Amino acid sequence: MSVQTWTFIIVGLTFALYIGIAIWSRAGSTSEFYVAGGGVHPVANGMATAADWMSAASFISMAGLISFMGYDGAVFLMGWTGGYVLLALLLAPYLRKFGKFTVPDFIGDRYYSNVARTVAVVCAIIVSFTYVAGQMRGVGVVFSRFLEVDITTGVYIGMAIVFFYAVLGGMKGITYTQVAQYCVLIFAYMVPAFFISIAMTGNVIPQLGLIGDVTDGSGMALLDKLDQLHTELGFAEYTTGTKTMTDVFAITFALMVGTAGLPHVIVRFFTVPKVKDARVSAGWALVFIAILYTTAPAIAAFARTNLINTVSNEQYASMPEWFKKWEETGLIAFTDKNEDGIIQYVGDKDKNELTIDRDIMVLANPEIANLPNWVIALVAAGGLAAALSTAAGLLLVISTAISRDLIKMQIKPDVTEKGELMWARIGAVFAVIVAGYFGINPPGFVAAVVALAFGLAAASFFPAIVLGVFDKRMNREGAIAGMVIGISLMLWYMLKFKFGIFDGGKDAVAALQPGWWFGISPEGFGTVAMTVNLIIALIVSRLTPAPPQEVQDIVEDIRVPRGAGSAHVH
Amino acid sequence: MASLDKRAKEYWKENIKYVLILLSIWFLVSYVFGIFLAEPLNAIRIGGAKLGFWFAQQGSIYVFVILIFVYVRLMNKLDKKYEFDEI
Repeated sequence: MSVQTWTFIIVGLTFALYIGIAIWSRAGSTSEFYVAGGGVHPVANGMATAADWMSAASFISMAGLISFMGYDGAVFLMGWTGGYVLLALLLAPYLRKFGKFTVPDFIGDRYYSNVARTVAVVCAIIVSFTYVAGQMRGVGVVFSRFLEVDITTGVYIGMAIVFFYAVLGGMKGITYTQVAQYCVLIFAYMVPAFFISIAMTGNVIPQLGLIGDVTDGSGMALLDKLDQLHTELGFAEYTTGTKTMTDVFAITFALMVGTAGLPHVIVRFFTVPKVKDARVSAGWALVFIAILYTTAPAIAAFARTNLINTVSNEQYASMPEWFKKWEETGLIAFTDKNEDGIIQYVGDKDKNELTIDRDIMVLANPEIANLPNWVIALVAAGGLAAALSTAAGLLLVISTAISRDLIKMQIKPDVTEKGELMWARIGAVFAVIVAGYFGINPPGFVAAVVALAFGLAAASFFPAIVLGVFDKRMNREGAIAGMVIGISLMLWYMLKFKFGIFDGGKDAVAALQPGWWFGISPEGFGTVAMTVNLIIALIVSRLTPAPPQEVQDIVEDIRVPRGAGSAHVH
Repeated sequence: MASLDKRAKEYWKENIKYVLILLSIWFLVSYVFGIFLAEPLNAIRIGGAKLGFWFAQQGSIYVFVILIFVYVRLMNKLDKKYEFDEI
């Protein structure tokens, strides 16, 4: 059977499964809509968190990025997993004990202020929207490549599916669909990885293949072979990288703290029954994430070696079929500069003749390695599962921010439960439409902003929540000053050094690099902005009155697990 | 058993101690082994990989997983010891 027939069958089956689950798990109350009734098993929640967390970027782009960055790719690997340690140790159990529905709920109550609540709502919506636009785009790309419909139609199909289960099922529908989506996406990621690992290293486990020897008879370690290829072609050595140590540190730290501060991740820990479930659930989430994240660097190294062996110094005319197919999409481009009909893929920019979009590595990998057609179709279904599960989680945060944090808590406190549920659904409809719009008309800056969303989350939420639990003396004035200054500083740095707004636009960005503070790139600046937030908050809080006694009592109460009721409606 | 207030204070003190120890290990494997000392550690090898590189792309992630489960175990015991476990 052809790749396309296989894709229709596998994608069709998985979609039928998601819709079936959505119908079975409809939400009947606001508590079910917001936090799945607070009755999700910790392992299931861990799986759902993993699917929620691993987006189209993790599934489609990350291995490709690492493959081109070599050692520097570690910033994503450590940054996007290490945050779960912070989440488990510093946030999840306490927020579960606090026992409400959203991050702005916590900020608003802990800092006894609707101003703080509003600041948090605005931050949550900005972070979630930039993210969700990227997901819908991912859905469109997978559809257009594998089902040969155009990207716009692909986005519409994706919108319809997400609309169905997010609006109908709320958190309950999303949670159980995400469990299914995790299974699909991890299966789709691992199958090609096993095949390629065996082919390249003779070891079925990719994590062991990465530290194993290549099977080409040279007896060399895979990574040594890759370093050698890189050096010969004039690229930087694969295992050392090119970024400065300070920048690697700053980016990794910003991603870790940003991960722990993302509202759609935090809210997942409100769905389990007890405080101790929240702790162990973070552990399970990381286990499920680590399976993919420790496989990704192996795939990256295999794909890189494979690619160089296939294309470097070969006749252009004798390139395999996948090469031509991706050339048509414009994601691979060859210009024969010295007109010898041979592909020169080298580090020197003036002599290099081949450009490869790093996003295609995972999608093209099964073809590069000559795997059967059903594996290629499976990868398409996996990419869709990753994008849809993350999109749904983000849409829920946005709809909840509208129905609960704005309508119920601020505009119309006397709204009935039924009315609030209706508002939540209206919010979800609104969010799906806006996300779809950005998927079809992506602003040029989406990709850049997604990376920076972590910086924004790090600079705003993380210190406010951690101080709210660990510093009883932290008050309204300190938290608001910290959040506002932290996120403003981050936005300013981003606009200045990423978009060049103050110096004549994007073309000026490269020239501004010597002006980076401490040599830190905009992606890593979240680390600095977070530190500033923390210091400002501590100073301001000590110069202003202590929080009222009842707030101090709340802090005492969330520090101990006993007495966490189910997440309830107030 | 001591008063609720005193129990809560001691419980919190021990919790902070655990968190500090575990976060030190978290910092050590990722930032120290994977970044600051990656270059000297690359002289040592684990299988076919340089150790600094391996910590940055593999080892630190395994340690993260272990850290969370150790924390869960320690805290479940602590909850029981101070009678703050959920009924």
